[in-house]
Amino acid sequence: MSTAHTDAHGGEHNPHLAHHFDTMEQQAGAAKLGMWLFLATEILMFSGLFLAYFVIRMFYPEMVLGAHEHLNKFAGGLNTVVLLVSSWTMAMAVRSAQVGKPNNQADIAKIKAFLAMTFACGGIFMVVKYFEYSAKFAHGMLPGKFYTAHLHGYDIPGLPHIFFGIYFVMTGLHGVHVLVGMALMVWIYLRAVRGDFSRQNYAGVENLGLYWHIVDLVWIFLFPLLYLVK
Amino acid sequence: MSQQPAHHDNNHGEEPNFYRAKRGIMSWLFTVDHKRLGVMYLASVLLFFLVAGILAIFLRTELLTPAADYVSASTYNQLFTLHGAIMVFLFIIPATPGALGNIFLPLMLGAKDVAFPRLNLLSFWVYSVAAVMLLCTLLLGGLDTGWTFYTPYSTSTGTAAGLAALGVFVAGFSSILTGLNFVVTVHRMRAPGQTWDRLPLFVWAIYATAVIQILATPVLAITVLLVFIERFLGIGIFDPAMGGDPVLFQHFFWFYSHPAVYIMILPGFGIISEMITVHSRKHIFGYKAIALSSVAIAVISFVVWGHHLFVSGQSEVAGIVFSFLTFAVAVPTAIKVFSWVATLYGGSIVYNTPMWYALMFLWTFTIGGLTGVYLAVIAVDVHLHDTYFVVAHFHYVMMGGLVVAFIGGLFHWWPKITGRFYNEALGKLSALLVFIGFNVTFGTQFFLGHQGMPRRYFAYLPEYEAMHRISTYGSWILAAGLFCALFGLLAAFSKNAKKAGNNPWNAMSLEWQTQSPPIEHNFHETPHVTGSPYDFPEIDKSGGVHH
Amino acid sequence: MLLNLLLGPDPALLGTDAMSASPFSLLPAASTNAQELDNIYVAVTLICALSFVLLIGAQVYFMVKYKKPAEGHRKTSPITHSGKLEFWWSFIPTLILIALFVWGETLYMKMVTPPSDAVNIRVTGQKWFWTVEYPDVPGAILTDELIVPKDVPVRLTLTSNDVIHSFYVPVFRQKKDAVPGRYSNLWFQATTVGTYPLFCTEYCGDQHSTMIGKVHVVERAEFDARLAEAAKLEPGEGESMADFGARVFDRGGCAACHSIDGSAKTGPTLKGKYGAQEVLSDGSTVTIDDNYIRESILEPNAKVVQGFTPQMPSFAGRFDDRAITGLIEYIKSLK
Ligand code: HEA
Ligand code: HEA
Ligand code: HEC
Ligand code: CUA
Ligand SMILES: [Cu+2]
Repeated sequence: MSTAHTDAHGGEHNPHLAHHFDTMEQQAGAAKLGMWLFLATEILMFSGLFLAYFVIRMFYPEMVLGAHEHLNKFAGGLNTVVLLVSSWTMAMAVRSAQVGKPNNQADIAKIKAFLAMTFACGGIFMVVKYFEYSAKFAHGMLPGKFYTAHLHGYDIPGLPHIFFGIYFVMTGLHGVHVLVGMALMVWIYLRAVRGDFSRQNYAGVENLGLYWHIVDLVWIFLFPLLYLVK
Repeated sequence: MSQQPAHHDNNHGEEPNFYRAKRGIMSWLFTVDHKRLGVMYLASVLLFFLVAGILAIFLRTELLTPAADYVSASTYNQLFTLHGAIMVFLFIIPATPGALGNIFLPLMLGAKDVAFPRLNLLSFWVYSVAAVMLLCTLLLGGLDTGWTFYTPYSTSTGTAAGLAALGVFVAGFSSILTGLNFVVTVHRMRAPGQTWDRLPLFVWAIYATAVIQILATPVLAITVLLVFIERFLGIGIFDPAMGGDPVLFQHFFWFYSHPAVYIMILPGFGIISEMITVHSRKHIFGYKAIALSSVAIAVISFVVWGHHLFVSGQSEVAGIVFSFLTFAVAVPTAIKVFSWVATLYGGSIVYNTPMWYALMFLWTFTIGGLTGVYLAVIAVDVHLHDTYFVVAHFHYVMMGGLVVAFIGGLFHWWPKITGRFYNEALGKLSALLVFIGFNVTFGTQFFLGHQGMPRRYFAYLPEYEAMHRISTYGSWILAAGLFCALFGLLAAFSKNAKKAGNNPWNAMSLEWQTQSPPIEHNFHETPHVTGSPYDFPEIDKSGGVHH
Repeated sequence: MLLNLLLGPDPALLGTDAMSASPFSLLPAASTNAQELDNIYVAVTLICALSFVLLIGAQVYFMVKYKKPAEGHRKTSPITHSGKLEFWWSFIPTLILIALFVWGETLYMKMVTPPSDAVNIRVTGQKWFWTVEYPDVPGAILTDELIVPKDVPVRLTLTSNDVIHSFYVPVFRQKKDAVPGRYSNLWFQATTVGTYPLFCTEYCGDQHSTMIGKVHVVERAEFDARLAEAAKLEPGEGESMADFGARVFDRGGCAACHSIDGSAKTGPTLKGKYGAQEVLSDGSTVTIDDNYIRESILEPNAKVVQGFTPQMPSFAGRFDDRAITGLIEYIKSLK
């Protein structure tokens, strides 16, 4: 009766199959379901912040309107484009893995190239953010009790320190997600170099892709809500 | 004995159990074996239960007399805050999923492990980091906000509320990861033949719990993160002095923490279903209703949070809507309670320690649930809110509900976990003492609360002394009972403890079909499931009325 | 008696004559709302008790009847479910719960809708005392004391100066949070003359448990007299300035933070302070003289005593020069 057991582990044993799964399909299915659930938690976490944002906006519509004028729409728009492009390159990376033949250098090179492009987009996004943040710092448009823009000659009506509080928390948390995504890209890139990914095993790239799309999606909401209130 | 047993060995004679499969401290600290992780969770949660329980005994001792006698006001405030925070975040929420869930979920599914064993290890370590952070608040000025962290008090107090908020944030991650792991495990790792209607109810309960963990915890995470940021950056979202809204925090907090009370109790429901059936040799009554009502509770629990804010200044309409929805959550719970009692009908009931705890649960949890109905009546809650009535209500559901079920579950599965029997006499004595002590401690508090005794008071009007005294005496009996339980369980490790064998209760679910304690890979061969886990051989199939 | 031994000596009552010393008797009901609320409370209790008795009764009956025989097991019932039974035990509780909801909601609407002719009183919570102001009687400001007329609806407007507090009078069965930056309302109509406790029920820090005041329900005529008395804060005929100061001290709620026996509370003790040197938080020292005390009362946070936090509210506008002189004389007298 021990057949069930030997079957699972015997025969052709894919080196990427963990001991506690019976088949690669089971393993990939689990990884994907797990990732979707994780993304659900990410979305819920950001929803909390969006809710806080809407409450503030409901309380102080004029203030939010006045304060948002001071965000750099061009930089925000540029970053939106950059992230959209990165979504595409990421999707291409996943696609390349899904169709790639095992141990085929040309296919691996494709995965690597698209990952590198996505990484570069992430980098551009962060650099733009850096300049945006620096400008805000220089003008004293800081969160909460650090807010000193009035000393720099900016006269925003109401309680703009709350707007900048929520602005920095939301974009900051999003920025952290971008950085985490970029770190994961390095890891997946190294695994691609090692030849881990092909149509037989692409769960890693696919999950990274899902994560990256969610990070983009959050920005797609952040941009109009923060930069384009009107 | 070999370090790495050959697990493809067809000789089933004496394969080492999971404790012995590997050796050395590292093989524990970095294990990915769900059973070892479960045992480590068990040790940790029991430690925190002990710590928080001892804090509770200090609390009660201070409350023996109306005057301020043993501790100062600020010490008392830290005592109840740490008591509540440790009990909730480090004990009751991780207890059943982390300990019993980890050990038994894969076994009950006939799986070799959870879906993501390394993630499981990560959850444990994240949990440990959170625990260290919460305990470190003791060194950094204590924590005196109450477990609810209401702003603006929590953003203005001089104590270590920032660190505590981060600690809760981290604990939340552990909880999310565990929940995620379990949902995937239940979906993808079931043995052949293990259909959804053949899942043990414990699995259903853990599954419903995991769904709530995934959906609610992120909101808590962001809430406490905002408290943390508020303390350091003063962003002002919750701070009225800066134009923010302190009641918004309460909405955020309870949006998590109300579903969290079902994170606490649902696994308890699962344990009870297993114990009642096995020890009465009866098929569970209303399998579908019990399984689906867990899911119903999980869903409704997301829309009742406002019943904690009836007097906070939320709009009257909101209050009324929340009151209505709160009643709605009582119905699926009632269905479960009735089904358990109906399960006893026509059984052959064995009175051992786990069964005594299960029967005790029906008593204590029902009182807890029914007093929840008082609080759901919005007008009555105006009077009872933040009095000892609420304290009594939530101890009846948490201590009398989950903790009683959990301890019962420990006795029930102890033979499987340790391979040996606990001490039955001590076990039964503990059940008796816990029953008496518990009801004396918290039963009196309903009267206190109805007479207006506010909670979180370290000194009180002398009118309340009599009841407080009785309550304190009760807590000592309760503590004695719990120590009996502890020693009763520890007795399994003594030399002359009886060996348990694979299936001492003649239970049908899969965890009993393997060695006690289980081998490292759970089963010698993947089991095939052919029927309900509640089809006991004693059931009279000969001609009784079938429905 | 055994019970007495167990419970210790009879507790001395805190002068709140209407609180019951017996744990089993219910609280007195001293407002119109309280009586209605008690009805619903009793109804819920009956329903819950009945459900409990039925449920646990069945459980105990089964436990006795279906105990396992001494030898082996008896054959057990094959029942796995029963649609009919399950329907009824879901349906009946649902009906009961809906009835309770409707009743509770109706009463609640009454509890939160004050009649338009109610007497207005403003209540402000602050760590850790209540300030009660009567807008209709200029100058009538009380601390930790609420005087209300019997049989007249009273509407309180609550707010807080620092963190959330909650205003709770058990004998009225009424409660509402006092939230900083907001106003909330609570109303009642007292029915029984007497003095009752008033609690803070939202945790608000160290002295949360001492944030207890008194509610005096008095006849309408006496109400007006007492407010008039409270409004005039003047030295009486032949009263020494120090005695007058003691009254101001009492009225101002200074005792919530300052002891006169040498122990530190939220603020430093005032015993033996006059003429002494005080070290401030910036390390400098001052001599406590008339000017310093005056400043401490009007601008308390200008100089903060070492080891304390700037928590004292300003009393500017509340006390006139004579009251302040009284306070100074009183503090002088605290040897
Ligand atoms: C395990 C945790 C747990 C569980 C299961 C519950 C279950 C319930 N709780 Fe409780 N609750 C808490 C933990 C829990 N609670 C905690 C921790 C707090 C306070 C936190 C704090 O402030 O610190 C709290 C506070 C709390 C409040 C707010 C009180 C206040 O602060 O003013 C309310 C108000 O509605 C409430 C209601 C309920 C209801 C209606 C249920 C229902 O789900 C109960 C349903 C069960 C039954 C009803 C019994 C069985 C049914 C029958 C026998 C059928 C017959 C019944 C009838 C016909 C009535 N709870
Ligand atoms: C799981 C949740 C839980 C549990 C189990 C308990 C258990 C107990 N609680 Fe707790 N309590 C809370 C959660 C819990 N509490 C919360 C959330 C609050 C609110 C805090 C706040 O206001 O912020 C609170 C507040 C609270 C108060 C109100 C304080 C106040 O408002 O001023 C009181 C007062 O009586 C109290 C008493 C007790 C007592 C006597 C126990 C006893 O049951 C404890 C008995 C336990 C022991 C004595 C330890 C013995 C353990 C062992 C021997 C090891 C275990 C091993 C095995 C049995 C295997 N608790
Ligand atoms: C909310 C609490 C609070 C109340 C109410 C309060 N005080 Fe104070 N008081 C303080 C604190 C805290 C300090 C010390 C910090 C400081 O100097 O501001 C203080 C300081 C003082 C000092 C200086 C004492 C010293 O040792 O230097 C005087 C005098 C004083 N208060 C008088 C009064 C009087 C008179 C009243 C009532 C009319 C009063 N206080 C009400 C909290 C309070
Ligand atoms: Cu004020 Cu509690
Ligand atoms: Cu709740």
